[in-house]
Amino acid sequence: MAALRTLYDKLVGSHTVRPLDADGRDMLLYVDRTVLNEYTSPQAFTGLREAGRPVFRPASALGVIDHVNSTRPEKIASPQAQADDLQMAYFVRNCRDFGIELFDLYHRQQGIEHVVMPELGLALPGLVIAAGDSHTTTYGAFGALGFGIGTSDIEHFLATQTVVYRRLRNMEIAVRGDLPAGVTAKDLIMAVIRQIGADGAQGHAVEFTGPAIRGLSIEGRMTVCNMAVECGARGALIAPDAKTYAYLEGKPRAPKGKQLTAALEDWRSLRTDAGAVFDARAEIDAGDIEPMVTWGTSPDQAAPISGAVPDPALEASPARRRDAERALGYMGLSPGTRLEDIRIDHAFIGSCTNARIEDLRAAGAVVKGRRVAPGVSAMVVPGSREVRRMAEAEGLDRVFREAGFEWREPGCSMCLAMNDDVIAPGKRCASSTNRNFEGRQGAGSRTHLMSPAMVAAAAVSGHLCDVRKLEVRDAR
Amino acid sequence: MPVEPFTRVSGFVAALPAANIDTDVIMPKTFLKGIDRNGLERGVFHDLRFDEEGAVRPDFVLNQAPWTRAAFLVTGANFGCGSSREHAVWGLRQFGIRAIIAPSFAGIFFDNCARNGLLAIEADDPTVRMLTECAANGEEITIDLEAQTIKAETGTAGFEISQRRKFMLLKGLDAVGMTLQWRAEIEAFQSRYLGARAWLA
Repeated sequence: MAALRTLYDKLVGSHTVRPLDADGRDMLLYVDRTVLNEYTSPQAFTGLREAGRPVFRPASALGVIDHVNSTRPEKIASPQAQADDLQMAYFVRNCRDFGIELFDLYHRQQGIEHVVMPELGLALPGLVIAAGDSHTTTYGAFGALGFGIGTSDIEHFLATQTVVYRRLRNMEIAVRGDLPAGVTAKDLIMAVIRQIGADGAQGHAVEFTGPAIRGLSIEGRMTVCNMAVECGARGALIAPDAKTYAYLEGKPRAPKGKQLTAALEDWRSLRTDAGAVFDARAEIDAGDIEPMVTWGTSPDQAAPISGAVPDPALEASPARRRDAERALGYMGLSPGTRLEDIRIDHAFIGSCTNARIEDLRAAGAVVKGRRVAPGVSAMVVPGSREVRRMAEAEGLDRVFREAGFEWREPGCSMCLAMNDDVIAPGKRCASSTNRNFEGRQGAGSRTHLMSPAMVAAAAVSGHLCDVRKLEVRDAR
Repeated sequence: MPVEPFTRVSGFVAALPAANIDTDVIMPKTFLKGIDRNGLERGVFHDLRFDEEGAVRPDFVLNQAPWTRAAFLVTGANFGCGSSREHAVWGLRQFGIRAIIAPSFAGIFFDNCARNGLLAIEADDPTVRMLTECAANGEEITIDLEAQTIKAETGTAGFEISQRRKFMLLKGLDAVGMTLQWRAEIEAFQSRYLGARAWLA
């Protein structure tokens, strides 16, 4: 009898070109696809140019501009906006010279790379997708092995269609029960990260299982897999099911007709064998999860919104106490402060974690008929032009604008502030993003992570707030 | 791209004893606007080394002698978490850091180190404690990759490293060039793989 294998084992097995060591932990791994951006790829292309190497399979790469561009409509109206920027201009040249398709700043399908790939139907079950961005784990929502790589490995991939890969250990995160009303995929993954810690899945590929995961939409599953990297997972998987196939049906570049039939036969085998053993396991009960917010500077420094800022003195571990004290100093918070009493200066809805259409609908439902609180600067940055068009067709742009939100063009924007959306020192932001690190949204900025609906609730309240206390109606 | 080989290196070790030090802190975004690998030395731990006006923060360890010349860092767990930006590793190398010793590293950062001749050592608690003491005392240590030892005044500790990673670091090898020796094998794999998956071809 063949050995029982996890979904991760199967994906690695089907992509191993050759082992690189005696025990089979190091291998040359075939990579199906990548998506490139303008800020982590330049030195990879320069490496190819200097060595005179071509790209192995140009059709397996897609270039998308998303990180450094402005999302202010007036700032990107002119073609000069792209031509005058060092990184964007070099990226345009690289894609052209190496024969790689590019969604530049003016393309109708431009957007955040991890929003664009799935909406095109390029993230498919069974694929290995390695890309120069840590949130490449997003594609695990389709049963694809997605993981982030550095620039040297982008160059290695472009030249060889492979990466030198070390096999991870297997971890299962089982989510029992169902999420309560008003609790989202974002709250689920934030609760998981809080429970297992920022390095809780370090060295592991995680497979999310259980009824609460099956109950999530594909977009919700993307949010979960996207943020799994914040607990150290170098790969996050959810086995494909009928929802996956329904999502992919009709996507522009997904297989169709006879090819789809053949693909489905293959995809249905993409599941962990019954009885396969994981190296590590965590369990969480979805029914216990509340809307979550972070209070510190690491994604695991989080609490249910009904709670208070914790007292570092109560931390048993000296190291954790020291880190919590430092975090509270940076965040300008005192132990015991009710989380709902924390006032905000900014509200940001965007990022590869939470800027898809369902996220905008959920936030819009909270915002409809309300106004952004005085003193709060609020914006929505749709994940892609496609999302923006869908939202506008549903009237969501009007809902946000009428409430006092800015309505932007797509990009990473204030999630990482390597563009013109930067928060001033000491200012506080309710953010639908993925990282609350020191300086992440600007030097000295203070980030509270939460779901898009919770950001919307904070925006209209002026302080962190349990969205379940606000009456909500469908914004469409 | 060939990198500087790592064989046997001596120098001061600086302690950064926090867990989860992320790549946004190691290399803030203002230093990510270039298209080459150069000029990143000033960006390393920038917001910890300099205040808002650009003045040196004297209380930060890397601004204090002898650690201004540190060749090694000993840090808390999960060092290098967060963004995949390889600029963090390029900057550390340009700053003069040759090895980092920590209980654990984030995966992408760990791989980025190996590609750039920066030795990342996953060490057990006694080794981390010993090196943290060496750091506090301003002692020099010697790391010998061939022998897999860290030598301090108070003792010598061994460390584990995959043989493949060790070989690459000792020789300063270009990984792309190594892999391309299997080009025919990769091409054969690809035609088999795509042949069985018409929907991907």
